[in-house]
Amino acid sequence: MMGTIFGIPPQALFGQLLLGLINGSFYALLSLGLAVIFGMLNVINFAHGALYMMGAFVAWLMLTQLGIGYWLALPLAPVVVGLFGVLLERTLLSRLYKLDHLYGLLLTFGLALIVEGAFRHQYGVSGQPYPIPDALKGGQNLGFMFLPNYRGWVVVASLVVCISTWIAIEKTKLGAYLRAATENPVLVQAFGINVPRMITLTYAFGVALAGLAGVLAAPIYQVSPLMGSNLIIVVFAVVVIGGMGSILGAVLTGYGLGLLEGLTKVFYPEASNIVVFVIMAVVLMIKPAGLFGRER
Amino acid sequence: MIARLLTGAALAALTIGVMSTGPAMAQQGKLSGDMVKIGVLNDRSGLYADLGGEGSVIAARMAAEEFGNKILGKPIEIIAADHQNKPDIGANLARQWIDQDGVDVIVDVPNSGVALAVQEVTKEKKKIFLMEGPATSRLTGDACSPTGFHWPYDTHALAVGTGQAMVKEGGDSWFFITADYAFGHQLEADTSVEVKKAGGKVVGSVKAPLNSADFSSFLLQAQASGAKIVGLANAGGDTITSIKQASEFGLTQSGQQKLAGLLIFLSDVHALGLQVAQDLVLTTGFYWDRDDESRAWSKKFFDRYGKMPTMVQAGSYSAVRHYLKAIEAAGTDDGPAVAAKMKEMPVNDMFAKNGTILPNGRMVHDMYLARVKKPSESKGAWDYYQILRTIPGKEAFASFEESGCKLPK
Amino acid sequence: MGIHSQSSGRASAQAAQAPAGGPTLARVGALAVLAALLAMPFLLYPVFLMKVLCFALFACAFNLLIGFGGLLSFGHAAFFGSAAYVTAHTVKVWGFSPELGILMGTAASAFLGILFGSIAIRRQGIYFAMITLALSQMVFFLALQLPFTHGEDGIQAVPRGVLFGVFDLNNPLAMYYTVLGVFLIGFAIIWRTVHSPFGQVLKAIRENEPRAISLGYRTERYKLMAFVLSATLAGLAGGTKAIVFQLATLTDVTWQMSGEVVLMTLLGGMGTLTGPVIGAALVVTLENYLAATSLPVPVVIGCIFVACVLVFRRGIAGEIQARFGKQSRSG
Repeated sequence: MMGTIFGIPPQALFGQLLLGLINGSFYALLSLGLAVIFGMLNVINFAHGALYMMGAFVAWLMLTQLGIGYWLALPLAPVVVGLFGVLLERTLLSRLYKLDHLYGLLLTFGLALIVEGAFRHQYGVSGQPYPIPDALKGGQNLGFMFLPNYRGWVVVASLVVCISTWIAIEKTKLGAYLRAATENPVLVQAFGINVPRMITLTYAFGVALAGLAGVLAAPIYQVSPLMGSNLIIVVFAVVVIGGMGSILGAVLTGYGLGLLEGLTKVFYPEASNIVVFVIMAVVLMIKPAGLFGRER
Repeated sequence: MIARLLTGAALAALTIGVMSTGPAMAQQGKLSGDMVKIGVLNDRSGLYADLGGEGSVIAARMAAEEFGNKILGKPIEIIAADHQNKPDIGANLARQWIDQDGVDVIVDVPNSGVALAVQEVTKEKKKIFLMEGPATSRLTGDACSPTGFHWPYDTHALAVGTGQAMVKEGGDSWFFITADYAFGHQLEADTSVEVKKAGGKVVGSVKAPLNSADFSSFLLQAQASGAKIVGLANAGGDTITSIKQASEFGLTQSGQQKLAGLLIFLSDVHALGLQVAQDLVLTTGFYWDRDDESRAWSKKFFDRYGKMPTMVQAGSYSAVRHYLKAIEAAGTDDGPAVAAKMKEMPVNDMFAKNGTILPNGRMVHDMYLARVKKPSESKGAWDYYQILRTIPGKEAFASFEESGCKLPK
Repeated sequence: MGIHSQSSGRASAQAAQAPAGGPTLARVGALAVLAALLAMPFLLYPVFLMKVLCFALFACAFNLLIGFGGLLSFGHAAFFGSAAYVTAHTVKVWGFSPELGILMGTAASAFLGILFGSIAIRRQGIYFAMITLALSQMVFFLALQLPFTHGEDGIQAVPRGVLFGVFDLNNPLAMYYTVLGVFLIGFAIIWRTVHSPFGQVLKAIRENEPRAISLGYRTERYKLMAFVLSATLAGLAGGTKAIVFQLATLTDVTWQMSGEVVLMTLLGGMGTLTGPVIGAALVVTLENYLAATSLPVPVVIGCIFVACVLVFRRGIAGEIQARFGKQSRSG
């Protein structure tokens, strides 16, 4: 047995950190979607958790009803969720853009209740099992812990998605239009760019990211209507800490907080649930715009 | 001005109009002697839905049908509701059922936290409470009620059964993963006592929230502890998830550690499948394949429900049947009178032979230590258990003196 | 511009100009309502009525902050629930009498209000809502972990006790009239606050904060005071509820509970005095009714929410006041 670090055996420390990184992948993906939506629409999408759950359920339904496996569900389920997002945005959300932004929050809250309630009514609250895809079964013995392959895949996949999204928004032309439209939609519209369509697509993309996170979560967390419920509040805190409109802030804070939670589980497990909120309170006192945010 | 007046009038009108569609107060002194109303209250949509749920309702109906759905010439009615594993919902439903809907007896209520809350209500209102689902031995201990009856099992019996058996097999160091509420705490406490009595020691424990989706960090701690036995002090969906994830994380692969499922129901084994659940040792109050009588009844149950009964569902049948017999003997459905009769009569049916009821409501009967069969050993669907030994009731359950219940004997 | 009933500004300005010497009709109307409330427990199930009253007070307290202060708090369950826990604990474990227990609960939520308020007031609008949501979630997890709250099981078997050493609250009528009394006190406090100079400044801040600042008002202080008052009254409702139902559980501190009180206020009419009461009565009745059917309650509630936000933002009382307010001005 190796020695201890700060009195904790390395197995426990690295193990929990790695588990924290896995959790952080979900935080990062979800807060990325939220940040993208907030940046463009100035709407806090309370329905994000419910749409994450919907992504997992779509994948599960695809498997049980249509025989479509994990690897196809991975691109398809987010598309389905994204289309649903288009529907929501066109029929409901767009009516609120001229009003106080708080109404957007309330509307998406109502939507979250409806989506979650509907799935709950249909499927109960206990989880449906979703099998780990064969290619990712088994695990690696890392010495300090046994890492299931699938969980390692989750970290890799989320990193790839987050980095690609960041590159797309910061470095491509489309991303430039997006950022410009966020700053000054009227001017951008005057240049002939269809801003309302861009808004719709942004919302769809944001929720598609949530759906993707749902598919990734399905084999780990059991597909249950309550999946998104408590997760969404943590993600809100992540976005507030990172800075509400900042993509980079959302991603970095997501991973960072996952790691921090893991660390807390080692030294002071009881506090692991609330550490995110304590950090949020501290950041708000010191830098109200968030770590990477700018005053809006 | 007019606006305020009209708003006030609208408020009054709306309030009265809306509220008059709300529940009306039950008339005082209405004897529910014109019918016996049985309320089956359990988890119908969550992690404990499969071990009780609609199955308990069916079992209760089967008991009522043996009496021709009539008792003392009056009809028997059975209603059901979902407590969603929330003590406030459970307690409020129980209170409303008793106050307004004329319910005479409450049945099942898995989830020890909810059961404790409901017992407070039934104790206050002197109504009978037949507890099939919950586990905590406190229900016949410091939280006992003169009209409460704890039927198929409790944490004490589980501890004696599984706890002792695992220690005897060589599992003398334990780490608990405990569902963080009344049930988990009590199960861990009772099992720790039995483990220590048998010469083992408890290395550590961790509390997991009820209905956790992810046990990975708890399993990691269990692995790090080096204990020979990882005791799962949880049930239903939580047990299924922890066992599945334990195998994902290779907990049992190295052969150094074993899982002890302290509360496992037939429905859990069915959900896990024999491949994953094989060789698990468990303690149960009932097994459908035990003898001819149990097989006959269970087949009838299977024909109606599509699944073989768990001990909770079989217990619901047995308790409701005994309750109805007691009403016949007492000539009334008044709570304390029927309770007295229930405690006088022995329990003799397909569920228990010569079961006796202690003054604290504990139904003492034989328990069974079982092992889950390997896939190769199972001869067909639902052939899951191999009964290792019968644990006599007196050994499994705490005596009245030991229980800590303050009722008169 | 914040969220508030469009008409409330004018209606309350009228009210300020035409104080108590107002129409006898309004007084008669109020007395009629009071008489109805006094007689109600003989017609309807008292426990149901008490639930309505507790939530009505909760909604009124919440409305003080959003309707008159323009601040949407999405974490009011923290105050409601923590007061419930404190009251339950002091009454059950420390043996306090019910009125002291409720006072303790109210004090606890006031303290929490000061704490959370000073953090949250720094931001506005959406940020404020998110912060209150996150802070209340922290309270949820604390309620889950702290030993005295007993987590999932909650604090059970809270004794009703004897009020002021005289009235045995196990009697449903005595309990009902106590709750009615608490509600009326809370409502009176809110009424008085709204119609006071403090209330006027608050409305000014809601309408145009920079202007209020330029006029020399320390707006941060006013907002904080409104927040604390709102939190305190929410706590009063929570503590009373704990005594009525003899339980304090996690349900009281969930964000879903915060959402419910938002719905009650939105449906009834934000920024009106009677709106939250109407909204609370409707929502509690609806949930009660739906629970007996097989319809999914959250879906129905969610649909009402969405409908309110899209087409019914003024809420019931707000609509009434807008219609009749217009008529009385033009007529």
